[in-house]
Amino acid sequence: MFDSLRHTAAHDGYGVKMDSISRRKFLKIGGTSLALTAAAGPLGKAAAGSSRENVRGVQKIPTFCDLCFWKCGAIAYVEDGKLWKVEGNPLDPLSQGRLCPRGSGGVGAHFDPDRLKYPLMRKSLRGKEEWVQVTWDEALTFIADKMNKIKAEHGPEAMALFSHGIGGNFLKHLFKAYGSANIGAPSFAQCRGPRDVGFRLTFGEDVASPERTDIRNARCLVLIGSHLGENMHNTQVQEFSEAVANGASLIVVDPRVSVAAGKAKYYLPIKPGTDMALLLAWMNLLVSEKLYNQAYVDRYGFGFEQFAAEIQPYTPEWAYPETGIEPELIRATAREMARYLPATLIHPGRHATWYGDDTQRSRAIALLNALMGNWGVKGGFYYPVSMEVPAYPYPAYPHSDRPKVDNPDNRYPFAHEVNTNGIRKATISGVPYPVKGWFVNATNLIHALPDEQETIRAIQNLDLLVVIDVIPAEIAGWADVVLPESVYLERFDDLNVEWFREPFVALRQPVVAAPHDQKPNWWIAKKLAEKLGLGHYFPWKDVEEYLAYRLNTAGLDYGRLKREGIIRGEKQPVYFAEGVPDVFPTPSGKIEFYSLQLAQAGFDPVPKYTQPAPPPDGYFRLLFGRAPVHSFSRTQSNRVLMDMLDENEVWINQDIATRWGLKSGDYIRLKNQDGVISNRIKVKATERIRTDCVYIIHGFGHNARQLTYAYQKGASDAQLITRYKTDPIMGGTAMNVNFVTFELEA
Amino acid sequence: MLTEAKMIELTTTRHNELIDPFLQVWGWEIPVYLFLGGLVAGMMIIAGYFFIKGRDEGHQCICYQIPLLGMALLSLGMFALFLDLEHKAYVWRVYTTFEIKSPMSWGSWILLLVYPALLVNFLLHVPAWIGDRLPFLKHGSQKIQSINNIKRHVGKVNLVLGIMLGTYTGILLSALGARPLWNSAILGILFLVSGLSTASALVHMIARERSESEMLARADNLFLTVELFIIALFFIGLLSSTEVQISSAMLLLTGPYAAVFWVFVILMGIVIPLLIQNLSVSHRIQHTAVAPIMVILGGFILRFVLVQAGQYSHYLNAHFIK
Amino acid sequence: MARFAMVIDTKKCVGCMDCVVACKTENRVPEGFNRDWITTEARGKFPSVQMEIRSERCNHCDNPPCVHCCPTGASHVHTLGGVVLVHHDLCIGCKACLASCPYDARFIHPEGYADKCTFCIHRVEKGMDPACVSVCPTHCMYFGDLEDPHSPVSRLLMARRYHAIAPEAGTDPQIYYLI
Repeated sequence: MFDSLRHTAAHDGYGVKMDSISRRKFLKIGGTSLALTAAAGPLGKAAAGSSRENVRGVQKIPTFCDLCFWKCGAIAYVEDGKLWKVEGNPLDPLSQGRLCPRGSGGVGAHFDPDRLKYPLMRKSLRGKEEWVQVTWDEALTFIADKMNKIKAEHGPEAMALFSHGIGGNFLKHLFKAYGSANIGAPSFAQCRGPRDVGFRLTFGEDVASPERTDIRNARCLVLIGSHLGENMHNTQVQEFSEAVANGASLIVVDPRVSVAAGKAKYYLPIKPGTDMALLLAWMNLLVSEKLYNQAYVDRYGFGFEQFAAEIQPYTPEWAYPETGIEPELIRATAREMARYLPATLIHPGRHATWYGDDTQRSRAIALLNALMGNWGVKGGFYYPVSMEVPAYPYPAYPHSDRPKVDNPDNRYPFAHEVNTNGIRKATISGVPYPVKGWFVNATNLIHALPDEQETIRAIQNLDLLVVIDVIPAEIAGWADVVLPESVYLERFDDLNVEWFREPFVALRQPVVAAPHDQKPNWWIAKKLAEKLGLGHYFPWKDVEEYLAYRLNTAGLDYGRLKREGIIRGEKQPVYFAEGVPDVFPTPSGKIEFYSLQLAQAGFDPVPKYTQPAPPPDGYFRLLFGRAPVHSFSRTQSNRVLMDMLDENEVWINQDIATRWGLKSGDYIRLKNQDGVISNRIKVKATERIRTDCVYIIHGFGHNARQLTYAYQKGASDAQLITRYKTDPIMGGTAMNVNFVTFELEA
Repeated sequence: MLTEAKMIELTTTRHNELIDPFLQVWGWEIPVYLFLGGLVAGMMIIAGYFFIKGRDEGHQCICYQIPLLGMALLSLGMFALFLDLEHKAYVWRVYTTFEIKSPMSWGSWILLLVYPALLVNFLLHVPAWIGDRLPFLKHGSQKIQSINNIKRHVGKVNLVLGIMLGTYTGILLSALGARPLWNSAILGILFLVSGLSTASALVHMIARERSESEMLARADNLFLTVELFIIALFFIGLLSSTEVQISSAMLLLTGPYAAVFWVFVILMGIVIPLLIQNLSVSHRIQHTAVAPIMVILGGFILRFVLVQAGQYSHYLNAHFIK
Repeated sequence: MARFAMVIDTKKCVGCMDCVVACKTENRVPEGFNRDWITTEARGKFPSVQMEIRSERCNHCDNPPCVHCCPTGASHVHTLGGVVLVHHDLCIGCKACLASCPYDARFIHPEGYADKCTFCIHRVEKGMDPACVSVCPTHCMYFGDLEDPHSPVSRLLMARRYHAIAPEAGTDPQIYYLI
């Protein structure tokens, strides 16, 4: 999750010291709520589960979804004690009471027959998927012993945590208490990192998640490398559809006729890897024809003249041979954007790690938005707001002399989150210091990180690999210890104090009991902390005490939150016009059209274009994306969602397919430039894609044998991503740099 | 010809068993039933004709062999029908109502009347080997024969029920307008004539009286000729209709079912036996079982290929590519 | 007398399959079977491709051949709204209704009877919309009574251009796609 300065204090509970007297006082004050939680039982799980199981009729329990990272408010229906369905919580500003297809299929996570059930310990070699079942005590004792050993031999910083999602909050807290700040998620270096850095360098702030894009009010929406509609982040798609219905002018740039492209007023079938050229040409035209938002730029821009001079060569005629987009179309679309400014939004996308110059490309998008004058303006980017819910007053974390391990010598000076690839590299090389233990929670690193062989090499250097997850995905196969987590419908998690158009706080609570011996992550973290002698960092008896404390301190009623799932706050200003201060936390205090800090660090102060390498003969660039019914590689065991889509297909241009003698429904294998051959994958011969690339949905081609239903259905793009380019500015791993050819079946 | 490669990609996420990628709800059970139903219908018409024309004098009259064989064949057909049902325990529900718009409802009740008709026909002349074992049948037989003009009545009833049975099997398919191949009113007549032709072939083979056998062979030739004509009309109707009908007709004429249709239905089921039987009724060659067996097999394959190809024919633009 | 119908705005629909998932969980549709589905039509040559995405299901036709051909009366028109339903305990599983539907909207449930979209009549009778309509995150689906001129469906059909699927099949389908 993003970690910008403003939000740290609210989320991470740094450094509030409590001596024993004030702690006792606290316990007394919290007496009533404690009594209630005591009645509920120390674990919460057993009581919640059994009380629900015996009730006849339909119960509706609010919670928030965990199928992706949007955290939409949901209401789960339990009929006669059995989980029936999940719908949206009408109180939820994110979902407006309507979940996306993954959330609607959430029951499949609870009923998944392949889900992890008991703690497991590796019986033989890593990766052989042979385990022996153990008790929680055995597993946690083993882990604590190893962690203590690592701490003694190498220092606590030698433990790293990969955790994605709100479910990891208690584990992150544990790690910091243990003494390691080497905590990262693939979402930065493998996903939206370049985007957030590019925007920080321009506006001083991240795009964030949920994206602060005011799509609903946009009168012109430009999607360049965004496939909203197939990418199913709920609020984004709802607003996209609203904008389209309101007649917003839609411009879509994509090598593939995406769903969004099918609705576009202008569709630009761009050559993969040349988006930067198009962005520069657009900006060139807007500046040369003086169509940009001059008042806004004059008021808020820094270095505009230098910027204008730098982009002068990038005419539409210059961009045409690079991108394949005709100059007149480039002009028409730029003028269309100018027509509707400031309510013209060029969507910054989300997964931005493509070609290695991604920070600069995202900066170009930021600059294009700046030319529209839409930052802080309706129809562009708003300022998200949140409720004030103080963090829990924990003891201070131990101080470390060593820097984080992922960015030695600050090689990537503008990376503001931990780089997972950096942790991996350090684990292999031992530089700047050894990393000997990993915890991996809610992320399947084998599918998330590029070059899986590198991940495996890193894993083999570890003394300890612990995987805490809900399904036995590939990463679990490499673990020394696998801890089964209960799914979101079965557990409490940390409060979601979201940053959005309006402030609210949401609760995740158990709806049904976990069917086997799965435990919630807060329990795992707390128990492990106790074994590590860090129990004082988890002073609350159970998680409800923690939740109630935080809410009470914020003046909110925990009982009400349990009943309604969401408590909304007062509306706050989100635009400059509504009173948000129009200051930019950049070195110049303004929007940096020309970035001195980039120049000083040796990077281009204004983005430049790098021509992508062409595919070798007979090869096609491998592009990948999302399906609205799946989340990464984590939902292919969910039977409800697999009933929607149980394998991915490779999109091949119809003419190319004909030339190869292929038709839709045939099965082939993909072979990449390094000779890696994928699993069998079905062909989709279509007019909806260029001839120089192919496209598949990410997350399939599982080879974890315990995922019995997902096993070998479709092919894995991750497996074929053996090469990546590292973004020099923030260390992101660009993955659209692999090429594949077709291996036909005999 | 007209409908290939229209540059339209039509994909669906639906994956229902028996429905996708194309309709496959009826396998061999329904064609078997339609064939046997048509066969028995033809046999009833033949028997009825014999009775009405008063040609039933000899004990060897085919009209007395037909009912027992007919009941056996019909029971086989209805058993096939029962096997096709997916909710077998509820089969009796067809007899709790009469749905006037449903050919299947009509058929259920027609079948209910056909059995007694065949039974009465049977009782007109119970063979000794049965009558000796089951004397109550001999008794019933005597009772029935004492009714005035009973044979005429039995003949008329058989004729009418036979026509209804034979025709309804075709209407069963033609009422399903969603399958363009079946959406032709001529199917009723086609199945009737085909039933008559297969029945004539069968009865010609088993008839003991030489004269009857000859007559039936001639009748079969007539029915085969008419059948060819009706098949031609069937295709003319489809080919002069809309795009979906044309492409459904092409399934049989030039498409995936063409080989079976031309070789087994037309050539070996009608044209060659017609030629052979023409030669045999003009006494240039001996009567053998070859032609009748070809006719009978051809009749079955006609039903089979129509049921399969019909399910493949489709109203919407193209078959989905998933 | 009500005549229920659905109006679906193809401009907004992104084909996300939320309607399919919601139907599946609401109605406990067995794994492997679909009461509703997404159809995508793409016409033309790259890059000039026109697309239409539709959420499809039983059209609850006003002239339903599946009701006419049923020998037991299992397939029938409900007293309310013209909704076409199946009495499970009258169905013999003859599959004539499956063959009679030009939209292939029916299937045989693992328990043996013919099954399909029911317009979530159990929700409609309580004043709610069908599950698919309620869940759609793009708000592209509308349900209501065509005999009420003020219902959302009636208003939309007056204001927007629309088409039904294969109207030439003659069954008078009651799902309309806004274009």
